[in-house]
Amino acid sequence: MGSIRDKVAIVGMGCTKFGELWDKSIPDLVVDSCYEAFEDAGIEPKDIQAAWYASRESGFTGAHLSRALKTEYIPVTRVENFCCGGQDVLRNTCYGVASGVYDIALACGIEKTKDHHGGFGLFIQEPLDRGMTEWDIPPASQFGQYATSYYYHYRDYYGWDAEGFKRLLALIDVKNHHNGMLTPKAHLHREITVEDVLKARIISWPFGLYDACGMSDGGAAAIVTTPEIAKSIRKDYILVKAQALAAGAGQSTMQQEFDFLRFPENVAAAKSAYKEAGITNAREEISIAEFHDCFSTTELITYEDLEFSPRGKAPEDVQAGRFTLEGEQPVNTDGGLKCFGHPLSASGLRMTYEIYKQLQGKVDNPERQIKNPKLGLIHNIGGNVGIHMAAVTIYGLPE
Amino acid sequence: MVGITSYGVYVPLFRLDRQVIGGRGEKAICNFDEDSITMAVAAANDCLNGTDRETVDGLYLATTTSLYKEHLGATTVAMATDLRQNTYTTDFGNSLRAGTAALKAAIDAVQAGSAKKVLVTASDCRPSAPGSALEQNFGDGAAALLIGDTDVAVTIEGSYSVYNEIIDVWRNNTDTFVRSWEDRFAVEQGYLPTMYEAVSGLMQKYNYKPADFAKVVFYTPDARRGAEVARRLGFDAKTQLQNPLFDVMGNTGAAFPLMLLVAALEEAKAGDLILLASYGNGGDALALKVNEPIEKIRNNRLGMKGHLTSKRIMTDYLKYLRWRGIVPLDKTPGPVATYSAVAAKREYNQSISIHGSKCKACGYVQYPPQRVCTKCHAKDQMEPYSFLGKKGKIVTYNLDYITPRTETPIATTEVDFEGGGRIQCYMTEVDVDQIKVDLPVEMTFRRYPLWEEVSLREGVYLYFWESRPLRA
Repeated sequence: MGSIRDKVAIVGMGCTKFGELWDKSIPDLVVDSCYEAFEDAGIEPKDIQAAWYASRESGFTGAHLSRALKTEYIPVTRVENFCCGGQDVLRNTCYGVASGVYDIALACGIEKTKDHHGGFGLFIQEPLDRGMTEWDIPPASQFGQYATSYYYHYRDYYGWDAEGFKRLLALIDVKNHHNGMLTPKAHLHREITVEDVLKARIISWPFGLYDACGMSDGGAAAIVTTPEIAKSIRKDYILVKAQALAAGAGQSTMQQEFDFLRFPENVAAAKSAYKEAGITNAREEISIAEFHDCFSTTELITYEDLEFSPRGKAPEDVQAGRFTLEGEQPVNTDGGLKCFGHPLSASGLRMTYEIYKQLQGKVDNPERQIKNPKLGLIHNIGGNVGIHMAAVTIYGLPE
Repeated sequence: MVGITSYGVYVPLFRLDRQVIGGRGEKAICNFDEDSITMAVAAANDCLNGTDRETVDGLYLATTTSLYKEHLGATTVAMATDLRQNTYTTDFGNSLRAGTAALKAAIDAVQAGSAKKVLVTASDCRPSAPGSALEQNFGDGAAALLIGDTDVAVTIEGSYSVYNEIIDVWRNNTDTFVRSWEDRFAVEQGYLPTMYEAVSGLMQKYNYKPADFAKVVFYTPDARRGAEVARRLGFDAKTQLQNPLFDVMGNTGAAFPLMLLVAALEEAKAGDLILLASYGNGGDALALKVNEPIEKIRNNRLGMKGHLTSKRIMTDYLKYLRWRGIVPLDKTPGPVATYSAVAAKREYNQSISIHGSKCKACGYVQYPPQRVCTKCHAKDQMEPYSFLGKKGKIVTYNLDYITPRTETPIATTEVDFEGGGRIQCYMTEVDVDQIKVDLPVEMTFRRYPLWEEVSLREGVYLYFWESRPLRA
């Protein structure tokens, strides 16, 4: 099996403001995010030879990108992969360039969840019709089941009661909301306290309002090219170190040994990514990361799944402040899904935008700029229990 | 001097041959994709032809057939007729007198100086029970009168109103069809005495004699009663009374008196005095004087005559009942669409106002509105471009006989417009024998045809512009 490591570079990125963008259409978000990327890379729209477009609910077919940008009959593929869509669209674009077929390609992900009544539906509509016999559970429960398992397994070890567990999770929410305050493009700007988290109404135990991510519209885009062309464009391009994707096959919900203390898809994606990137100790080698924090326990468990914390030890790292802006391994420096909300197909690219800017030292607010990060990681997980899809991508600066 | 500066009407293309419901003549009927809103838009555009729309600062919609109990109809009409954002909009309803009520309010507003130019629209498509006398009686249509104080074609000399509390013709919040009490009671205790009082009250107040009027225009509940009022008050029904057009159109409700007024104005000459009277829980009587500018209005619009001549006779009663939603369509699963109020609002500039964009860099006209020019790729160099009133030609089309819809075939068209721009749209009032490439078409505002299910599920009505063969 080959590797994509150091074969592909990102030379430009764009990201819209996230939020309730009532006045912005799908084409508006495509134009705004892509043109920022074109300008960042210093290229013309006509330089793009192929494009990939991610959307879960915001447009079928790649034509939603071509029509907005008025590309001239270049190939555009639509990518849909639930919460991983925004990351998978970039993964596909990278392979397009790595194949040697395209010199410069575009990845763009858009979602307008707020066009839907109330945002992301409690139950997500499947394409076309179905027999309505397949079991489906609300998104909060998809992740809440892992939270329950984690709580019961570790409560004696940590001496938790229900409130104690919620207090731990609140530290993650407080951290992300603090970081979001420093991020102009984030949707939610509100400093919160542990007490705020505890007082908030319950969504689905242990999740209260602040344990769940926001609901928003947004779009982001990336220009992908070869390292050779990247050098001629800018010095501070970033290189792909690993692109991993792991799809669950229903193991967790059919095989008795799966314990709901981990997301096996996360573990598999991380293992694959670390191998590709040549990483042997993620806790030490990865400077900065963007995690999928749809709910606070997803971030907590991901610390362990991605080996940022030893198994069962993430609560200690959270309490020690390891993942804060000032900590040894900052995670969700821009406020994460908590503050950006989760426009599904845009999130992965939005998170890549933060890592890209952090690696370049060009974050839009110096207050959250991490000093000299070497390797940045992006993680997402989506879909349903047992058949989750997890993506792990790693980027670094050229030598 | 305040009064009417322009007029317009709309009579739908289709006429139901009353023989199929055991009556005489024809009645005008809405197509399945029409309603009181779309007809008001058509009448308003007929009326505003040649008027600078920027000068209009008020839009009233009068109808007894509002589509919503809570949601204004006038805003839809204002958007579809390109009126500016700070136009005062409001609806008048709940009475067959709503048309003259809106007219009176507009006159008062201009006279008081709170408005300069108010467009009064009146439109009705009243529901009647199959087989009922009202079904024979009712027709569908709309009128529009522009009220202003310069270039006034018809001045308002005076008015007089009375009210009459009576249950004669009514429809409550949950009724499907209009109801009426016994005709003899309704006429003898309602219509006749009220009209006598309103009209004679006006004549006494302003010292008019019957012979002063070139024409009297009366709302009438049937073909005969208007003449009875005229005779009783000393008018010559043969020479002075405006024909109520029962045989060719029917009783168009709140729009009826205003449509008949336009019919009278089409024949009027400067100096004529016209008496207009409406009825509905009372009566409004107005004295109108025709001035020189009437000649300028007359020719550049379809008007009553043009609309009445342009028609297609329908004899299929079952189809008529389907159009009215009285007989349900086969419930074969149709296209499934989801509705977003958010996305819909963003797109009103292309769906309700028929706006595209014009590139300031290269001048190319495109629809729907774009940010990146389809021709020269300039970004954010667009200005809005209205296709209102523009004529076009069919570039290509298709007829679909399978997709479930109230009417098949569904015609899809690509239309190229004079002055530039191409619009992909449905076609209504399709004549399968006449449709061809290069057929001249015009755009008409209709209830969005394919997604009837969305209206049922979400309780909202969707509108869009469709092409149609030229109505001439």
